[in-house]
Amino acid sequence: MIRITGLSRQIGERKILDGIDLEIRRGEIFTLIGPSGSGKTTLLRLIDLLDRPTAGKISFDGQDTAGTEQERLAIRRRMGMVFQKPGVLNVTVAENVAFGLKFRGTDRTQIAQRVTSALKLVGLLGFEEHRAVTLSGGEMQRVAIARAMVTEPEVLLLDEPTANLDPVSSEIIEDLLIRINKDLRTTIILATHDMVQGQRLAHRMGVIMDGRLAQVGTLHDIFYQPKGKEVARFVGIDTVLKGVVQSNERGLATVALDNACFEVVTPCPPGKRVGLYIRPEEVTISIPESGARKTSARNQLVGTITKLVSLGPFIRVTVDCGTPITALITTRSCGELGLAIGMTVVAGVKASAIHVHADPA
Amino acid sequence: MDEIITGITQAFNLILTLNPEVLHIAALSVYISLAATLLAACISIPLGGLIHFREFRGKRALKVIIQTLYSVPTVVVGLLVYLLLSRSGPFGFFGLLFTPEGMILGQMVLIIPITTGLVISALSGVDQNISDTLISLGATEFQSIVQIVKEARLAILSAVILAFGRAISEVGVAMMIGGNISGQTRVLTTAIALQTGMGDFGFSIALGIILLAIALVIVVAMNLITSGLSAEHQQVMGGPRS
Repeated sequence: MIRITGLSRQIGERKILDGIDLEIRRGEIFTLIGPSGSGKTTLLRLIDLLDRPTAGKISFDGQDTAGTEQERLAIRRRMGMVFQKPGVLNVTVAENVAFGLKFRGTDRTQIAQRVTSALKLVGLLGFEEHRAVTLSGGEMQRVAIARAMVTEPEVLLLDEPTANLDPVSSEIIEDLLIRINKDLRTTIILATHDMVQGQRLAHRMGVIMDGRLAQVGTLHDIFYQPKGKEVARFVGIDTVLKGVVQSNERGLATVALDNACFEVVTPCPPGKRVGLYIRPEEVTISIPESGARKTSARNQLVGTITKLVSLGPFIRVTVDCGTPITALITTRSCGELGLAIGMTVVAGVKASAIHVHADPA
Repeated sequence: MDEIITGITQAFNLILTLNPEVLHIAALSVYISLAATLLAACISIPLGGLIHFREFRGKRALKVIIQTLYSVPTVVVGLLVYLLLSRSGPFGFFGLLFTPEGMILGQMVLIIPITTGLVISALSGVDQNISDTLISLGATEFQSIVQIVKEARLAILSAVILAFGRAISEVGVAMMIGGNISGQTRVLTTAIALQTGMGDFGFSIALGIILLAIALVIVVAMNLITSGLSAEHQQVMGGPRS
């Protein structure tokens, strides 16, 4: 659908985007995740042909987009974009939604029909005559989506559409996007810094870091097999360790770190330097005295708690087992175990829950 | 003290009895300043748009010059326009000196910087996000400019009203270009200046009250536009969100 090759954008001396290669497939929801300022907005603006790249190419449905303004307008009219700020104009909701059709010279009766069905799509029927600027943030963003969808675009681009919204409004919008993709088969490209949202919506994801596309893949690829330390950190892997494979028996290897030792599942041969990524929710915490219990988790490391960070229903526990390991446990079990800083506990991790990355940077 | 009280009494007499001379002067004032304001707006809105939407060298300097001209003394404009319109001047053959049309022209020169400058500010006040949105919705450059001007309509309207206030209250241009000819080019401000000099305080006070009343109308209109109108409009458009 959209093929991007070697795309760069530079403003002055600063490289905002650097050598992006990416293909967006027809009908998919593709989310671009990355920290603020990583270049997500810039990439979306280039795809919507709002700006021109410094280098590289974007082709839309096989057609090159580097042509005249006239040609770019024709291609742009096959896409719709929703920005972080809803950008509603100070007219009624119906007039706001009608803009795209008016610009394309659609006749009045058809505009009325299509505005009604677009408002129905986003659940704002009956709001036609309200002034758009008096709506709530979530409603305004839905107006913006209706406005982008009224022209029945092949591709819908969204730049952090829920960044300024409360969780309930965000969920309404997420459901709406899933529905648009399913029922209308609109290809959706969504930029977000919210991992959970990216995870919830995407068929495929791209992680963008410092203007480079660090990794593209399915949710599973990115969450469990992140390429490199930055991606791992960004997708919520708190424990990133480095070690050397000591032995390997049919895929079950022992990896030695400076002060600890892990059993992991990897084909890497002995002597190989590897990175170990452990998701905090894969780590269990138990009290050593009750340790007579048998467990299938191959790694049982004794250590002392150095840090407890409350995240509402969850608590992030950092245990120093010669090397720091972070676990995410419920606040309730933390209370039941009576965890406190300085306590000696056992951190348990299944060998298969440790992602091994060969050739760590 | 006596003079003031008799003056005020006389003024109310003149206004309440709808004195024809007072009415004529007030009407001519409104006509000249309104015409100057509307013509200035016709020039300033496209001109301001052009300056706002086009990138060119010296754009910032031009904006500074325009803002400086906000406070140009009215007598300086009067002098300049006088030199241009006088019989020996380059536009002397139009015979506009000492005519209401000449005064309209003079007041236009006076207020065009204000309307142009405020139109530029009004357009800059429209969020960049709005212009991106319009382009992304498939607007051509022209379509998006029209829409941005519409979006800035309230700010542009208040700029125009402000300019009308400056036009109707100025003396320099009206005196120097109009010449304060009774029944022809005599307007509120020049009449006040003349009658006061002649000791006819009642007449001056009457005209002063009318001028203040016009100022009041302008302020009320501005307030309606910047706040009240939007609420009223909302009622018309289906009421506020419940």
